[in-house]
Amino acid sequence: MSSARPLSFHVPEPAVRPGGTPDFSDVPISRAGEVRRPDVDVAPEEIRDLAFAIIRVLNRDSEAVGPWAGLLSDSELLEGLRHMMTLRAFDARMQMAQRQGKTSFYMQHMGEEAVSCAFRKALEPGDMNFPTYRQAGLLIAGGYPMLDMMCQIYSNALDPLKGRQLPVLYSAREHGFFSVSGNLATQYIQAVGWAMASAMKRDTRIAAGWIGDGSTAESDFHAALVFASTYKAPVVLNIVNNQWAISTFQGIARGGSGTFAARGLGFGIPSLRVDGNDYLAVHAVARWAIERARRNLGPTLIEYVTYRVGAHSTSDDPSVYRPKTESDAWPLGDPVLRLKNHLIRRGAWSEERHKQAEAEIMASVIAAQKEAESHGTLHTGPHPSARDMFEGVFEEMPPHLRRQRQQGGV
Amino acid sequence: MPRRTMVEAIRDALDVCMQRDENVVVFGEDVGYFGGVFRCTQGLQQKFGTSRCFDAPISESGIVGAAVGMAAYGLRPCVEIQFADYMYPAYDQIVSEAARLRYRSNGQFTAPLVLRMPTGGGIFGGQTHSQSPEALFTHVSGLTTVVPSNPYDAKGLLIASIEDNDPVIFLEPKRLYNGPFDGHHERPVMPWARHPQGEVPDGHYTVPLGKAAVRREGNAVTVLAYGTMVFVAETAAAETGIDAEIIDLRTLVPYDLETIVASVKKTGRCVIVHEATLTSGFGAELSALVQENCFYHLEAPVVRVAGWDTPYPHAQEWDYFPGPARVGRALKSVMEA
Ligand SMILES: Cc1ncc(C[n+]2csc(CCOP(=O)(O)OP(=O)(O)O)c2C)c(N)n1
Repeated sequence: MSSARPLSFHVPEPAVRPGGTPDFSDVPISRAGEVRRPDVDVAPEEIRDLAFAIIRVLNRDSEAVGPWAGLLSDSELLEGLRHMMTLRAFDARMQMAQRQGKTSFYMQHMGEEAVSCAFRKALEPGDMNFPTYRQAGLLIAGGYPMLDMMCQIYSNALDPLKGRQLPVLYSAREHGFFSVSGNLATQYIQAVGWAMASAMKRDTRIAAGWIGDGSTAESDFHAALVFASTYKAPVVLNIVNNQWAISTFQGIARGGSGTFAARGLGFGIPSLRVDGNDYLAVHAVARWAIERARRNLGPTLIEYVTYRVGAHSTSDDPSVYRPKTESDAWPLGDPVLRLKNHLIRRGAWSEERHKQAEAEIMASVIAAQKEAESHGTLHTGPHPSARDMFEGVFEEMPPHLRRQRQQGGV
Repeated sequence: MPRRTMVEAIRDALDVCMQRDENVVVFGEDVGYFGGVFRCTQGLQQKFGTSRCFDAPISESGIVGAAVGMAAYGLRPCVEIQFADYMYPAYDQIVSEAARLRYRSNGQFTAPLVLRMPTGGGIFGGQTHSQSPEALFTHVSGLTTVVPSNPYDAKGLLIASIEDNDPVIFLEPKRLYNGPFDGHHERPVMPWARHPQGEVPDGHYTVPLGKAAVRREGNAVTVLAYGTMVFVAETAAAETGIDAEIIDLRTLVPYDLETIVASVKKTGRCVIVHEATLTSGFGAELSALVQENCFYHLEAPVVRVAGWDTPYPHAQEWDYFPGPARVGRALKSVMEA
């Protein structure tokens, strides 16, 4: 004992800080087409390597290559492109609306559009997502009216949630979108519970849980893995690794070794990593995992490797904690550009049509915005009444709330 | 004397304590390099190094559990929970562990830690950035619960909390971080630089835990308040012209019974104001204390003004927030009773 050296304390640090030169050259990235595609009934222990590789389809020449390619038609890919472009245009307008004081808060998806848009297209009606605030692509690709999303953001008279929830914390049961909580990770174990219930009732619907890299540190993440593996729940457990949790780099939640996907291995859950900026790869992996769940083969864990290009939220300033050029240095590129280039390469798209589509999409977003604003914004125009505040706490308003409503004079 | 915002005062308190005692460590989500989402810990990592001030994983249970272990070793962790609304995952570590360690080990282990957390509404934060969970702490034996209302107190109370040998819950009304807020949200907010309570001495001083402050002397009615509601009460008194005595509790538990009782015996009336939901709120405790100790001096029933028993809404924020109009009505009602 007396010869023991003093211990030391380790706090992980990102490779660069503002002022430094971003460098992702040491981030191991698999080549497109390189990673194998096992059968969905593969034994988890036979694909442990997939928790460390990155499944990619689109190569640098914008071709779709390898065993995960070839699942989507031109028209499906064009639809996917449109969804991602719509989400980006929607974000741009809502971000601006927040800056104009029309709402209190907004959170954008810039750089991560492929993850939720492609995943949604692999689901079937009746399946249920348990999302976070950064999966609006599930709604857009699922055909949820943009007007309703905007009215929620404005907390106006048509807000489906009656002004009760913070902007972007949507809820759309009919569209397979569970009510978003502001408390991180709580939905992850709920997704497992929903999936267990579906199995208990001998239903055919499956669930998908969503979480960010930072939030995997929460106890509810680990609870979800325990329950999913114990009960072999029909659930897809998604981790969106966009490198940052507000100012905190992903190494703080992950520690110095392994990957987020590898967390599933100790639970015997098949775990895969995928290029989150590759619409085709995301869709292919989502379909694989969803089929496993549907065939009662149990849970799958998927880590989407992506990058949060924008600020965490409208309250955040990323230039304080990361180099301004870091997103340009991100080696997996821009999901919209990559799909666009692939479609052009396929001969199904062109620069001109893209420009035209961009203009059309922006026009439709602006039209929806105009209509939404005609029903009010947070501070002006019609909005949910103070009476609404007392409704819906319970199914029936108890006497003490009735009394308080009266006292409030509403 | 330098004037500081509440954020600067808190940062200064941490700085003073970290300089005086190398066992004081500061950690939490985003508190290291970035300095916290409200910037309360800005610069501390550069000054004291990553082993004294560091970023934690997003794991409130982990943060508080680790703090309990560190405190048991002999450190004095002062951790930040990003918003008070996020302490629920840590609640078991707070209630079953931190609060009881001294008692259950008969003093073999103690938990001298501070849990700082921004509390309260008025910033359009919706349900999960607006709650006032103080009653969930005051109900737990073994915890001290502090709510400062101005920069001077924030610094002095935080230093006292860090130096205290038991766990302290330190609730920071985020609406007061940059200036006193009188509840009139449509008016510009006065910065602390123009308010006398923004005067914060350099160096070490403490404001004792468990001692209330009389913010405004008066003879007609006692108002018991804390945090943002101290200023709302002052505004209501000014606007109604009622000669109210306003008591800023500063520490909820242990409460300053002496100051409360002396004031209510003098005025014969009592209004209690808090942002947290009414039912089973800390106001119920205060009301019971006043009834037990001042019953024969009361000339009117004790009245509570509080948040409604609904989750904190987004769009209807100013209907929820107990403002000067509601407090004013309560003052008039006890005067007419
Ligand atoms: C229980 C809880 N703790 C803390 C927060 C504050 N918070 C909101 S978002 C966030 C970062 C989440 O990062 P990540 O999971 O990586 O998702 P991302 O924002 O990058 O998509 C934090 C700390 C919260 N909302 N809930």
